[in-house]
Amino acid sequence: MYIIVVGGGQVGYYLSKALLAEGHEILVLEKDRAKCERINEELGSICMKGDGCEASILKEAGTGRADMLIAVTDGDEDNLVACQVAKHMFNVSRTIARLSNPKNEVIFKKLGIDCTISSTNLILEHIESELPTHPLMHLLKLRESNMEIVEIRISKGSPAVGKRFGDLKLPPDSMLVLLLRHGQRPQLLRTDTILEIDDQVLAVTKSDQEEALRAVFSGKPAKTG
Amino acid sequence: MNIVIMGCGRVGAQLANILDAEGHKITVLDINPDSFRKLSPEFKGTALIGDGTDADTLRRAGIEGADGFVAVTQGDNRNVLAAQISKHIFGVKKVVCRIYDPLRRELYANLGLETVSPTVIFAQLLKERLEV
Repeated sequence: MYIIVVGGGQVGYYLSKALLAEGHEILVLEKDRAKCERINEELGSICMKGDGCEASILKEAGTGRADMLIAVTDGDEDNLVACQVAKHMFNVSRTIARLSNPKNEVIFKKLGIDCTISSTNLILEHIESELPTHPLMHLLKLRESNMEIVEIRISKGSPAVGKRFGDLKLPPDSMLVLLLRHGQRPQLLRTDTILEIDDQVLAVTKSDQEEALRAVFSGKPAKTG
Repeated sequence: MNIVIMGCGRVGAQLANILDAEGHKITVLDINPDSFRKLSPEFKGTALIGDGTDADTLRRAGIEGADGFVAVTQGDNRNVLAAQISKHIFGVKKVVCRIYDPLRRELYANLGLETVSPTVIFAQLLKERLEV
């Protein structure tokens, strides 16, 4: 594939290196001369000096035949514009933007960017999964349907301990599916299953119901807003 | 009308002063508090420190009840991002955005943003003054 990488900072450098190793054709666009020279010296002549948001530069870079454009500068607004120019002026079918502000994820999606990667969110998700006290952990986001698959850990002190699954008041569009109990085979949850400390439950929920679902198991009221 | 202006440079401050004097309710946003010195002593609106490309900051500036939004920072891309958030996320009726780069202006005009390119307008104006 022909892939254009906008931004030759740390992320752009290592990303291009990895993509080159996979055999893709890469062109990096970087405004800063020194960064540009470093990339050209170390990775071969793959870096062009120029602003990846400017249509004339993108044209020179052959964006018209690019299969993908990945914008990884440290400015969210620059990444947005690079993707939008590539998409609307050069019909690039896949555009990916790096984000610093996690709030921009929804916004960029609405503005037509195919995929966004928020390093802040990635780190947050890791913290969530590393913290055993946290009752809810993201496993997978089903982007199209706005649903997520999450793992719930029943910890000591959770109001769900000792309750029948059928008696839990779950938020709408939330479904508990699978029970993982230590030393036992995975089993489907039945209404008469009684939840125990250290049980793990896999659930499907709507993204905006996550807080409410969390509240059912933590006993703390859901935050609003 | 309630109007939010992002960027309190010469143009932003001038616009804020004019609209404020006409009795509109103005909120000016800028990341640099020093820039608010350009507002006239009679300015009765709100001056808020913050980055208008952040949806939370826009909300704090009252974008949800605003009739108009103007993006006039020095950065074309920042203006474009903030203008699109205001228009497409918060549904502000009248959104105007300054884009220096004529090519980028054209693209975003085609995408439905109300855009002004000082580069194009000023070059045209100079040409007329030269009377050539």
